[in-house]
This record gives sequence, structure tokens and C-alpha cells, in this order.
Amino acid sequence: MNRHLISAADLSRDDALLVLDTAAELAQIGGRSIKKLPTLRGRTVVNLFFEDSTRTRISFEAAAKRLSADVINFSAKGSSVSKGESLKDTALTLQAMGADGVVIRHHASGAPLTLTQWVEGSVINAGDGTHEHPTQALLDAYTMRERLGRLEGLRVTIVGDVLHSRVARSNVALLHTLGAEVTLVAPPTLLPVAVGSWPCEIDYALDAVLPKTDVVMMLRVQRERMSAAFFPSAREYSRRYGLDRDRLGRMPEHAIVMHPGPMNRGMEIAAEVADSPRSTIVDQVGNGVSVRMAVLYLLLGGASPAIGGDQREGEL
Amino acid sequence: MTHLIKGVRITGDEPTDVLIKDGLIAETGRGLDAEGAEVLDADGLIALPGLVDLHTHLREPGREDAETVATGTAAAALGGFTAVHAMANTEPVADTAGVVEQVWRLGAEAGHCDVRPVGAVTVGLAGERLAELGAMAESVAAVRVFSDDGMCVSDVLLMRRALEYVKAFDGVVAQHAQEPRLTEGAQMNEGEVSGRLGLTGWPAVAEEAIIARDCLLAAHVGSRLHICHVSTAGSVEILRWAKSKGWQVTAEVTPHHLLLTDDLVEGYDPIYKVNPPLRTAEDVTALREALAEGIIDAVATDHAPHSVEDKETEWPAAAMGMLGLETALAVVQRTMVDTGLLDWAGVADRMAYRPAAIGRVAGHGHPLRPGAPASLTLYDPAAPVTVDPANLASKSGNTPYRGMTLPGRVVATLLRGVPTVSEGKLQ
Repeated sequence: MNRHLISAADLSRDDALLVLDTAAELAQIGGRSIKKLPTLRGRTVVNLFFEDSTRTRISFEAAAKRLSADVINFSAKGSSVSKGESLKDTALTLQAMGADGVVIRHHASGAPLTLTQWVEGSVINAGDGTHEHPTQALLDAYTMRERLGRLEGLRVTIVGDVLHSRVARSNVALLHTLGAEVTLVAPPTLLPVAVGSWPCEIDYALDAVLPKTDVVMMLRVQRERMSAAFFPSAREYSRRYGLDRDRLGRMPEHAIVMHPGPMNRGMEIAAEVADSPRSTIVDQVGNGVSVRMAVLYLLLGGASPAIGGDQREGEL
Repeated sequence: MTHLIKGVRITGDEPTDVLIKDGLIAETGRGLDAEGAEVLDADGLIALPGLVDLHTHLREPGREDAETVATGTAAAALGGFTAVHAMANTEPVADTAGVVEQVWRLGAEAGHCDVRPVGAVTVGLAGERLAELGAMAESVAAVRVFSDDGMCVSDVLLMRRALEYVKAFDGVVAQHAQEPRLTEGAQMNEGEVSGRLGLTGWPAVAEEAIIARDCLLAAHVGSRLHICHVSTAGSVEILRWAKSKGWQVTAEVTPHHLLLTDDLVEGYDPIYKVNPPLRTAEDVTALREALAEGIIDAVATDHAPHSVEDKETEWPAAAMGMLGLETALAVVQRTMVDTGLLDWAGVADRMAYRPAAIGRVAGHGHPLRPGAPASLTLYDPAAPVTVDPANLASKSGNTPYRGMTLPGRVVATLLRGVPTVSEGKLQ
């Protein structure tokens, strides 16, 4: 793996486990009264957000700050970008400012990879179009392992708009690498045409899959997909693919419910399910900070890139 | 000016001499001698009739930053072309006699090759009402090919009318086959790679559905139909069927669709972004076989220059299109000749005779025999060249073959007896 984190598929099993183990260590400082480590002191992390995403941005911001990095938030709205500045010129500007790490959220699939040719620092994909969101997958894997004790052989069902979901793509890749068994459940309109080549199972019916599920991950479904005829109505979607109390009851006792947020309560997930003890949605948010700390630490912390290298450098 | 070409293999035949006088081929045969003739030693070279491109974007008027008629036709001559069809999607659109005459005149002034303007089918390429096709046909530019290329004439009634109307002046409608609703926001071929990369798919059926519809329409009204840049194996099957019925349907394929595949998109480098998109290896195989068989009639470049800023960007924001004129013949050699699918006579047919016939291009697309216009190109099939955008005559550098070694190069091009390219250099 190179010095960037663009795709969950770029992570080897060892890379991924190193991130999760590092996150577990770093999580311990979240419980301290002073939640700060000096590791990235003097390093600059730029949060380059071309798409609004307060939750992801503040998660990365908190992660970088807990590692003592200097954080610059660059939002496309009201900036030079809205005046027509190209991605390249924005990148060259950041480069000139000496960014050691660039966390990028972009509406265009592939933009983080394209960015790597113009900046010398590490590029971390914080969600690109309908492509990938690798730190989300890492925090999801972290949460599953924390709740259920393992990832190998875990049966994970991902439900919803797979076609447009960067969360689904990253999760399928990472969970496959980590030995989990993934099943995608969606109306056929919301699956890519060649999804059969992905390393997972496909089903169109949720009820049949739930009893054989350890983890169910509900994806956000945007209501505007209705107008493009992906499904007839929000109610029909909810009836066929929404997770309500009855469906929760069909899952094994130990099974957990995940959602990357933001949720459409009453659409893909019923409020009582979202708020149930089996929901990990709040845990996911907290774990997100630890996992992003681990990623920043491993990519920026050493004299050479730590992930994929022979050894870890720097001290926790 | 008299030229004597010594020892050239006309369309790959046994070496012979060719004497050129007054813009015509005066004589062919061994041991020709001519006093005062400029002698060109063509040992090892192939002579082909001047290539005719049915599909070129010269960008002028409007996007002179990317290409001009002068630079685009220089690229054409260097690629062995003696005639190109300039597509109508300029700014303003070539939808009036005035614009097509301007493009035609700019071509004549540059003098690198003949420019045959293509007229838009609909006003402003908007797909709403017919442009004044008759005025463009009767203009100095004598337009015979009409196309909304870049946009599909998707309105079925409008397409029917266009097909019927151009019969009055022996025109042909060249359809950019792309069902618009199936390709909203489309970024690349819909398949395994698009699903993984999270890029909106451009499904093969969006091309095939329009081709099938238009073949039926052309048959119904008894008109000529030409399909631009065919890119899928399914399209080949529909064309095979339409031709088996005896309908007047012709088709072209681009060099890049004969060589490149959609897995190149994996790095999100917009140099590979093109419309129709790069397809799969199975499609490439089908297209090569169809060209060999004659189901696809012609190679056309779809030469589409774009400025650096339109390509040096995130994939979805980048412009669609790639250069093609200067590399077309070498790509055809690699994909069709070196693979044994087509001989040089076949290349002459697919890159000169048939495109000239489809476009009704007078003075081009004739076998190199005494009496024919001396518009020809001399090609060295054993001179590998590594493509460097900096060495291209095009004003833009968006070639997908950068760094790739192609097997041959154009040595000389003559337009009616006058060298436009000599020793690989523009004259």
C-alpha cells in the first residue's frame, strides 16, 4: 500500500488489522480527561470538503486535534472553488501551504486518487462520489469486532441503495479482506449491473436473510431516487426493505444494527430500532474518531509510511 | 511538378514505380524514368489512397484554444489523410450555410487536406427542429453528411424526417447512437468496472436500441443511414442483420475502440474519457472482426481535441474525447493488419474507398491507378514510434496512446500531386 488511503480494497489484511488494533489503543485516551497525544505536533492536516458533511469533517477534525496536528478546514462553499478554481489549483495551494495530510470529501468518484498526483502529503479519502468511504468501513469493522468479538466468519447483511453507496463499496471490499461473509440486499434497481462479480452474496428479499445475519447495516436511501424510478414510493421501500421491530425480531439475539448516518427514520429504519440497545449507531460515531486517529497516525506519524511498511515507527 | 515514387508497394502489392504529373497518377510500373521528376525512394513503403476521415472535430469556430482548422488538418495530413469531415458541434453550431462555408473556406486556405463540413441535423444540435439541410447541401461546402454528433437525434419522428429529407440531395444522416434517458450522467461503460469505481454507467443497450430503431426507420423510408463510432458487440449483431436485409446502413468504428478497453479507467485518468466510452475486451474483438468482415464499413477517428484544463481535472468534470488523426493508421496496423484480420488492400477499403463513398467525397477514395487523382499516403509499417503528445501537430495533447509504441509511421502524404507531408514533416 502507498502512503494514501483511497480505497478499502488497497488495504491488505495486515494493514486493516493494524488500523483496527491501533484504533483500539488510541480509543483508551478518549476516556481520559486530557484527550490529547503529542504524536502529530507540528504536522498540518487539511480537511478539504467539497461536499457538506459536518459529521465526517468534525470526526476527522477531532481525530487530528487529539493527535496535536494543526487542522485547517477548507470548505468549497464560499471559497475559491465556488469561484471556479480547479481541483488542481486548490491542490497546488494546499501543497504550497505544506499540508502533510489532506482529508478529502468530494462529490466526484475518483477525485481523491486524482488529487494524489498534485500533492506530496498523504491523501485520505473521506468519501468520493459513489465510489468509496474507506474510513467508514474501517470504523464499521471496528464496531463489529468490538461488539461481537470477531470479524472472521461474521455474517453481515448490507441493505439499501448499494448502487449509489460509497459505504457499501468500501464495506464489501474490507469485510471480504477480513474474512466476513457479506450479503447485499436491495431492490434490483439499486444494485450495480455487474454486482455478481463482487465478493459477496446478493439477495432481493430481506426477510429470508435476517435469520442468518449477525450484523445488519442499513444504508441511507435518498427520497429523490423515487423520481428516477428506482422504486415506486417511500412507503413501498420501507415495507420491503425497511428495518422495523418485526424484522429486528427475526434476527438472532446477538445480532446488531448499524447505520452510517444520517438516518431517515421511518424510511430505511424505524425509530424504535434506531434507538434500541442493539443499535450501534452512536458507538459508530465515537469509534469513528479512534479509527481516524489510527489512520492519521499510521499515515503521517512516522518518518516513513507505517501502513504496509515492515514496522511501525513512532511511539504511541 | 512531377514526382516519381520508386519501389512502393501499392496497397501492399509487389514494388512498383508511380509517376505523378499534373496532380494525377500518370503511370505505374517497374523501371519508370522521368526527366526532371522529383524522385522519392519508397523502398519498403506501402502506398495507400489518401485516407478519408468521416468523423473529425476541428473545433473552429469557437474552441480555437483546443484546435483550429489549420492545426487539425495538419494533424490529418501527418496521419495520411487527404480529406476529413469536420463535425458540426462548433460554436456556433454548423447548422447554416454560412458556418459550413466558413469551415470549408478555412480548410481550403490551410491546404493540408480537403475539409468536408458536416451539417447539423437540427438547429443548434438541440434536437427540436431540422436545420436548413438543403441550404447547406447547396452551399459551396456541398454538405452531404449530416449529424448532430455529440448529441443523438433521439426524437424518432425528427429522425425519420431527416432521413427522408436528405434523399433529395443524396445526403446521409450520421447518427450518434445514444439513448439519452439511459445515459443521463453517464461516465463510462456500464459493467464490472463502472460498478466498482462508482461511476455512472453508459450501457451498451443505449447504443444498440437507437441503432436498431434507426435501421428500421431507414428501411421504412428507403434512406441511407450511417452509424457513428460503433462501440459494442451487440451493435455489430444489429448491423449484420440490417445489412443482410439489403438496407442502406453503413457504420464506422474508431481506432481507440479497436484497441482500448474500459479497465483503463481504473486510475480515473480523464485521458480515457470518451463518448461512446471504452468498452470491454469482448467488444473490441467483435469490432475488429466486424471491420474485417465489412459489417463495419469504415474506420473514423472521432479526433476530439480538448484543452489541458478540460482534461486535467476530476473524472466527472472532464470533457469527453481523445485525439486520433495522427495515430489512426498505426493503430489500425496494430489491431487489424498485424493481427492478420485485414490486408493493406482492406485498409485502403476501410479508410479510403468506403468512407469516401459514404460521404460522397469527389476526388477521393480511388484506387491508385493511372488517371486517378494523386492523393495518397506513403506509410512505413516497420518504423515503430513512441507516441509523445509534444510531437503531435494537433493543438491539444489528449492522446490516449502517450508513451505507447505504435508499429509504423506516415512518411509522406500527397494531395492531388502536391506533398502535404514529406519525410514525416508537414510541408
